[in-house]
Amino acid sequence: MILDYPTLKLIWWLLVGVLLIGFAIMDGHDMGVGTLLPFVGRNDTERRVVINTVGPHWDGNQVWFITGGGAIFAAWPIVYATAFSGFYWAMLAVLWALFFRPVGFDYRSKIHNAAWRSTWDWGLFVGGFVPPVIFGVAFGNLLQGVPFHFDDSLVPYYTGSFWQLLNPFALLCGVVSSAMVTLQGAVYLMHRTEGEVYERTRKAMLGAGLVLLAGFTVAGVWVQEIPGYVIAGAIDPSALPNPQAKEVVREAGAWMANYRDLPATLLIPVLAYLGAAAAVWLAWRGRTLAAFVASSLGIVGVIGTAGVSMFPFVMPSITVPDASLTVWDAVSSHRTLAIMFWATLIFMPLIVLYTGWAYKVMAGKVTAAYVRENEHSAY
Amino acid sequence: MVTEQLVDLSRLQFAATAMYHFLFVPLTLGMVWLLVIMESAWVMTGKLVYKDMTRFWGKLFGINFALGVTTGITLEFQFGTNWAYYSHYVGDIFGAPLAIEGLMAFFLESTFIGLFFFGWDRLSRTQHLMVTVLMAVGTNLSALWILVANGWMQHPVGAEFSYETMRMELVDFWAVLFNPDAQAKFVHTVSAGYVTGAMFVLAISAWYLLHGRDREFARRSFSIAAAFGFASVCSVIVLGDESGYVVSEAQQTKLAAMEAMWETEPAPASFNVIALPNEAEMKNDYALHIPWVMGLLGTRSLDQEMPGIRDIVARNRERVEVGVEAVRLLEALRADPSNADLRERFDAVKEDLGFGLLLKKYAASMDEVTPELMDRAARDTIPQVAPMFWSFRLMVAFGFALLALFGLALWHSVKGTFEGKPWLLRWALCFLPVPWVASELGWFVAEYGRQPWTIYGVLPTHLSVSTLSVESLYGSLAGFVGFYTLLLMVEMYLMVRFARQGPGSLGTGRYLNETAHA
Repeated sequence: MILDYPTLKLIWWLLVGVLLIGFAIMDGHDMGVGTLLPFVGRNDTERRVVINTVGPHWDGNQVWFITGGGAIFAAWPIVYATAFSGFYWAMLAVLWALFFRPVGFDYRSKIHNAAWRSTWDWGLFVGGFVPPVIFGVAFGNLLQGVPFHFDDSLVPYYTGSFWQLLNPFALLCGVVSSAMVTLQGAVYLMHRTEGEVYERTRKAMLGAGLVLLAGFTVAGVWVQEIPGYVIAGAIDPSALPNPQAKEVVREAGAWMANYRDLPATLLIPVLAYLGAAAAVWLAWRGRTLAAFVASSLGIVGVIGTAGVSMFPFVMPSITVPDASLTVWDAVSSHRTLAIMFWATLIFMPLIVLYTGWAYKVMAGKVTAAYVRENEHSAY
Repeated sequence: MVTEQLVDLSRLQFAATAMYHFLFVPLTLGMVWLLVIMESAWVMTGKLVYKDMTRFWGKLFGINFALGVTTGITLEFQFGTNWAYYSHYVGDIFGAPLAIEGLMAFFLESTFIGLFFFGWDRLSRTQHLMVTVLMAVGTNLSALWILVANGWMQHPVGAEFSYETMRMELVDFWAVLFNPDAQAKFVHTVSAGYVTGAMFVLAISAWYLLHGRDREFARRSFSIAAAFGFASVCSVIVLGDESGYVVSEAQQTKLAAMEAMWETEPAPASFNVIALPNEAEMKNDYALHIPWVMGLLGTRSLDQEMPGIRDIVARNRERVEVGVEAVRLLEALRADPSNADLRERFDAVKEDLGFGLLLKKYAASMDEVTPELMDRAARDTIPQVAPMFWSFRLMVAFGFALLALFGLALWHSVKGTFEGKPWLLRWALCFLPVPWVASELGWFVAEYGRQPWTIYGVLPTHLSVSTLSVESLYGSLAGFVGFYTLLLMVEMYLMVRFARQGPGSLGTGRYLNETAHA
């Protein structure tokens, strides 16, 4: 194997980050569109315009979520096992909300009935609004630590409840996440629409952008108060993964340690600010494509900030800190990481290429005239 | 705590969600190639009817596909939510095909399905055909990787247990990919999907012909479905899973159970056409058998012996005993990892570790294990015979009935006489649900037949679950079943509505029912 084990462990932390960011950029914009749908589309034609901006693409975009799940399963199996079983009801809420999307998109306009269509519009809203909120709440809980531990055979036990996930800091993270996705969706929607829908989306865009900037700032201040986690003593990155072999302490301000040790990493939260602010500014002035790029960079910054703050932790345990899961000891074997690395390296560029082509084919404004002409085939 | 009730509910939830998912998958697998065939005909001949066929059947395909995606999301995450220990224990091997499925197949399929529906006016004919082909390739590759993962559960090759990480680890990726069990499953499963797609088109076309409407459209659809379906049903039967059954022990067990073959017979074994299995006494109260046939089917030879259930239990009883020792040594080794002697002794018996783990259902510690418990664990390695026996027979009977139907449909479509054969059209219409029933029975045989294991010989089902509360499971199970049933009703409503409306729903002005709104 060309790459050694510690390097691959590090690469996989980056790759999971890439997949999460890819998910937030791609599926994020159609979830943002779903969130905005009932508010910026006031009649059936307008709503169809909104839906058809993402109609041909939402399905491909959703695969970022599926593949992200698969990649975490393959690269960090014990994280996949512990997080998804621990966050059981939160995870089910995400899945059940997502159920509304495929059927909402495909079935909504197949029947001429106002109640039918309105039901699916709200279904699409739920499918677009709920998952980002829950992902934000999940990140908020990861930053505080999650109540879990293992027994001798590494069976994970989650000892918290669903309701305690909904604590104030986590809810704030949910707001940040929702605002980030809504901004992304709004900027995209502006790029693909005109007229009334465009104007309403423009206002929503401004709101989402401001909430994102404010929420991110408050979370940044707050996170310095909550206890972070530190590995006490040395850890051997090349060791065989065993999440119970280290000593971990909780310390206020520990989530700031990486920025102190490596000041260059401060560029990542700076990117979050610059990206979001530039997106709002550019979109307000009608430069929607540039705004989409800026908003996407803002997403890199926001998710990157959470990742860099916690590194090397992935899922700290608040009840048994020593059992916390890190990029060094929650991973697959050297061979699996290597194979999955090459698979990702080969297929990811191909995915970006053909997805780009699909957007190019469907490029241009979606108008009321388009919806009328494609009465029988458009969503 | 893990109770039997929790295990049963977790299994029930997985079975329910997987079986719901598989109501939609086979139709997708088959329809997608029929769309490729129809669209190729459009590109080559330029006859508009073929374009209309692609678009109309594509519409129904889309209604089905939406629920395939909906129910599929659950399966990618349910290993984590409900089978946490399984995910930890085998994620090093099992996670890879799932992730590669996403990267290589599902992205392809899902990206191009968007262009399939929305790209008609923006792509050239050849470009659009290419999009449809890529969508079909993606769909089928997706099935390949999922069945590689599933095949590994039946026949776990290319992996080894590591006591340091307390899990199975990948040793040979190519062995996992070219697992003969997975390959046999792939061919059998996608062929069954092709039959389902063909049956769907055949049945609905037959309905149009019975009503004497949209005849040119329906006639061509019927003929394409008949030819494609006949080839596929031959493939399902000839390349049936059974070819894979001799290669591994798991499948020998499954085969013995579904044949109600209690004793090892001298080769070639006979085939039980009908039997009344008696679990308690491990014999058949009644059996009607044909000599030789089983040996021929199962081993493709006249001289290879096939083990009966009693012999498999006896063989597994020995492995359970060694397995108990393996569990003991593992516990000692976990406490003293650098002990070379322990390690050597563990390595000598670790092949049977899974059989020792079977006893964790009955005994908290290996010190509590008695010979009676070991007997019980060995007996547990055989799934219940009667459900296996009957499900398998029903599936095979449906398979041959479909062969007869497609054979006749093809014969009359070559002769051009099927329009005047209402009995054949009615038969095709009545048989619409049959491929679905056969597919679900097939999955039942494959998965129920693997019990008591999630990974054959490696990890028992009762150790695989997440440590959730029983109340959570009742809640989620009710939620899934309720939600899916509601969506299924909506889907059926739309499907029937559009099938009735027919190609007129495209609004091209060439068909019946054009005035109705789509």
